[in-house]
Amino acid sequence: MAAELAKYLKVFNVGAQNTFVYRWNFILRSVFGIVPLIGTIYLWRAMFGSDASGHLSGYTYSQLILYFAMTIFVENLVTPTEDEWQIAGEIRDGRMNFLLLKPINYLAYRFTLYASYRVLYTAVLLPGIAVIFIVLREHITLPSHGFTWLAFAASTGLAALIQFFIAYALAMLAFWILEISTVIFIVFSIEYFLSGQVFPLDMLPPWLGAIVKWTPFPYELYFPVQIFMERISGAALATGLAIQAAWAVVMWLLAVGLWRLGIKRYEAVGG
Amino acid sequence: MNRYVAIYRLTARNSLIREMNFKLNFLLWMVVELLWFVGQLAFIEVLYGQVQDIAGWSKWQVVTLVGVHQIVSQLFQAIFYVNLAALPELVRTGRLDLMLTLPVDAQFAISTRQVSFDCLVNSLVGIGIVTFAMTKLGTVPSPMQLALFAAAVPFGVAVHYAVMFGLSCMSFWFIRAQSFIHGYFNLFHIGRYPEAVFRGVFRFIFTWLIPIILVSNVPAKILARPLESPVAGLATLATATVIVLVGTRALWLLALRRYGSASS
Repeated sequence: MAAELAKYLKVFNVGAQNTFVYRWNFILRSVFGIVPLIGTIYLWRAMFGSDASGHLSGYTYSQLILYFAMTIFVENLVTPTEDEWQIAGEIRDGRMNFLLLKPINYLAYRFTLYASYRVLYTAVLLPGIAVIFIVLREHITLPSHGFTWLAFAASTGLAALIQFFIAYALAMLAFWILEISTVIFIVFSIEYFLSGQVFPLDMLPPWLGAIVKWTPFPYELYFPVQIFMERISGAALATGLAIQAAWAVVMWLLAVGLWRLGIKRYEAVGG
Repeated sequence: MNRYVAIYRLTARNSLIREMNFKLNFLLWMVVELLWFVGQLAFIEVLYGQVQDIAGWSKWQVVTLVGVHQIVSQLFQAIFYVNLAALPELVRTGRLDLMLTLPVDAQFAISTRQVSFDCLVNSLVGIGIVTFAMTKLGTVPSPMQLALFAAAVPFGVAVHYAVMFGLSCMSFWFIRAQSFIHGYFNLFHIGRYPEAVFRGVFRFIFTWLIPIILVSNVPAKILARPLESPVAGLATLATATVIVLVGTRALWLLALRRYGSASS
């Protein structure tokens, strides 16, 4: 067991070092990432018009800003940036051979790499995120209950699992088709709107919101942010966490299942 | 000049043949763009479920704006995007050498290697949306408006080109320029918001330094808000376009002086 852990700790280290080499790359990426946030803030400012103290779907202007700032924060924390492309690459050009020969579980290996990317990425970006939160401080309210932090952490962890397993399952398609980028982008565009990055999902028409609630997408970002903002509590919180956990399990089964099917027909190109 | 036209015609023909070899991929890319576009329209629907107007813009005026953004950005993507996105790789591997030895201007050579016809189709979808939104607004554009609009669109495409070209040129200084390519999408993300929502220092930056908020707003206003001095808008867009084109050309020449090939 200890040996197992040491092995993956090594993988974690290597992943972190690789990420650190490209730190400028992702610092730049997040600097550019601020541009949409600026646009979003201006747009919603104009939405509130002259009445900045009003409400839209139960959000004050400050709450909306907190919503978008938190969404960006959680997104940086949990959204895989290159994992699906790397996994698909390893399948396509035969680099997988090298990994299959090692005494490691491929899913655990990739998950460790994903975790190390995310941890390092967040650590490097923390100063920048802090600056954003300081600039926007008059709009930021932290949770008032200690329990909220706990629920938020649990939900963010589950969101990370869902996002990773979806990315992994998508990459598995590379066993069957050569060019998976279109499929990735189709899923990505659905995730983009239904995970709450563009607008808070409780602004959807109620009938649509009721459907979306049962899909995995809100649990990738929107749900943890709602918990953080204490807009959801009690029974609704428990139900939400249960749905989120269920989706994490479903996506895990999908990821493992696709791997088993895929590896059977793997041809080890270039091996 | 004729030589450039002839070269471009051949490039376009080759691209079409290539794309028809991968019909499924061609269709799937169209699906990607369509989903994205439908998402935009749904977003507008959500916004106008909350309020009647945004900074003086009505719902169908904003739909016109998003449709115009679709026309301009897809035209850019059809003609230039893939080529400019490939520049960092050309620089990294040193394959840029080949482009530099061609008997045409090197900027032309790297900018026009292939045409993406799927984006051209998506641009037509944009025209459809704009037409629909205009009907909802209950206005028929005058020939003058249409002429000004037709004049504004190429300027918009040129701004997209210059911004993306400038970002790609960063690859001469940074080896992994992938995040710059990413930056293009982040920047133009705000190009589909009504310019009236922007204020202060950011309004200045995104009007004059990186003129992304003019690109779709100027042509959209010519059609949907004709009372807001369309000629002045067009003149502003034209001036800003010339500035970014000249600026990025200078950046390119500077970058080439730095370039020392990769293999040697």
